[in-house]
Amino acid sequence: MARRNTAGYLAAFAVVGITVVPLLFVLLGGFRTTAQINSSPAGLPGPWVWENYRDVLTSPVFWRLLWNSALIAVIATTLAVAFGSMAAFALSRYVFRGREAFYTLFTLGLLFPLGVATLPLYLWLRQLGLLENPLGVAIPEAAFSLPITIVILRPFMHAIPTELEDAALLDGAARLGFFWRILLPLSRPALATVSVLAFVSSWNFFLLPLLVFNDSTNFTLPLGVAMFQSEHTQDTAKVLAFTALSMIPALTFFVLAERRMVGGLTGSVKG
Amino acid sequence: MSAAITTRPPTAPVPHAPAAGGTRRRSRLRTRLELALLLGPGLLLFAGFVLVPICVAVYYSLYSWNGFGPLTDFVGLDNYVDAFSGEVFRGAIGHNLIIAALSIIVQLPLSISLALLLNRKLRGRTFLRMVVFAPYVLSEAVTAVIWLLMLQPGGFVDEVLRGVGLGSFVHQWLADQGLVLYTLFIVITWKYIGFGVILLLAGLQGIPAELREAAALDGASSWQTTRHVVLPLLGPTIRVWIFLSVIGSLQLFDLVWIMTLGGPANASTTMATYLIDHGFKRYEFGFGSAVAVILFIICFTFALFYQRFALRRDTDGALTRAVS
Repeated sequence: MARRNTAGYLAAFAVVGITVVPLLFVLLGGFRTTAQINSSPAGLPGPWVWENYRDVLTSPVFWRLLWNSALIAVIATTLAVAFGSMAAFALSRYVFRGREAFYTLFTLGLLFPLGVATLPLYLWLRQLGLLENPLGVAIPEAAFSLPITIVILRPFMHAIPTELEDAALLDGAARLGFFWRILLPLSRPALATVSVLAFVSSWNFFLLPLLVFNDSTNFTLPLGVAMFQSEHTQDTAKVLAFTALSMIPALTFFVLAERRMVGGLTGSVKG
Repeated sequence: MSAAITTRPPTAPVPHAPAAGGTRRRSRLRTRLELALLLGPGLLLFAGFVLVPICVAVYYSLYSWNGFGPLTDFVGLDNYVDAFSGEVFRGAIGHNLIIAALSIIVQLPLSISLALLLNRKLRGRTFLRMVVFAPYVLSEAVTAVIWLLMLQPGGFVDEVLRGVGLGSFVHQWLADQGLVLYTLFIVITWKYIGFGVILLLAGLQGIPAELREAAALDGASSWQTTRHVVLPLLGPTIRVWIFLSVIGSLQLFDLVWIMTLGGPANASTTMATYLIDHGFKRYEFGFGSAVAVILFIICFTFALFYQRFALRRDTDGALTRAVS
């Protein structure tokens, strides 16, 4: 038994190393000068340099990217969760012809790679005048998040006992009142999960902002990181500091919402 | 994504007290209004920004068109013929398939062994899990930039290799045509392995400890227990993982675009980078749409077949059931 655990610890150690070393390379590299990095790429900071981080944090570029990403992610998440929960309510607690067909239509969306829709989507956004507009990214992202939102929420809402609904209706509540006052609050765990999923996928999205935004003042964080890297190829240390800082929101969010995220992903697979 | 495969749609009708006599029609109208109000916004959003663009792509794909002005130059299926007769696109399909095959051959055994190890009662297990999963949370863009810098000629990776006496392994990781795809695959593995491990760990936790204990009591070795009890019970999770992994490999874009733009000399072009390259860089909207439709058909065909033949015995999927 002891021998097996040693193997386990060794493997765990290797995994942690392989995962963490690249992240440390970025974080620590930000504390070095480019000259230090060039002369010894795998070395430690010596002496520690604060300029890179300070420069990034005091320039408006980083904060603007952060704000753009946050704004788009909030709009996309709000739209997806609002419309998704309404649709999931209709699809889980009303009986009507075509219900399963509607549901299948939404689940089909899980199979569509965004790439397939991009060319027409781009032209469509151009026609709507939504290029260079945060909504031009947020609305399609919400649309692409709808399927997973509905697929997670529907069984959850369905599992809430009908007695509750009957009691509410007997007390004179309308069905929409039941939805708003009872069902939504009871669905809070599932709502949290789908919100986290929608938020993270919007936060990390690359292709759509790449096409919609030409003006770098509109860029989101992923675009900004890629742009910063290609514009400062000579200044590796600055790029590392910039990249390190742009990892922090996602990692913080992950630490705070880890249970929701992992639970949501594994839960949706286990069914 | 996977949920479509396993979620059972509720079947029991929701009992709704029928309203008496004259109010019945009014209540039915009211129900219709409520349904329109609830389903309408979601349907509009979904149709307007997902379904219609995909259908429109099929239409564009029949024209030679630069994205401006009316579509007049109808070319039938020429765009499709052109795509398949071009070496670059055939190469791109090959690259996607190589990545998909490597994922199954390399990542799957790796994820399973890691999950089995991390499933033991190790100290700091929660922390380990978070660490393994962390790269999955980073955006593809950040991942790409990190590895671009680490893999620079004479950079971190090269120096570490030299430092441990493997200097002869140093290569032009991203500039060597024969190597670039495999370098990208390693980066992909770094980023996505945590996802597989977490899925499989969840699957392992669903296996009752009594089963393993019973096998051990019957004299099965630890390897035999794993091979004949644990792995078969992990089957559904493994099959879902394979599905997600193949679909993901077929749609690979962000990492490749940032790290190599499909180069050098198209050695790492994927279907998606080819599509964006032709559609947006060269304004071949008709041709690009044809490529998009091909990509879609490949994914869709795989999904349908996989559902039919591999996933079907696990669950009756929402998709296949509704289609049949």
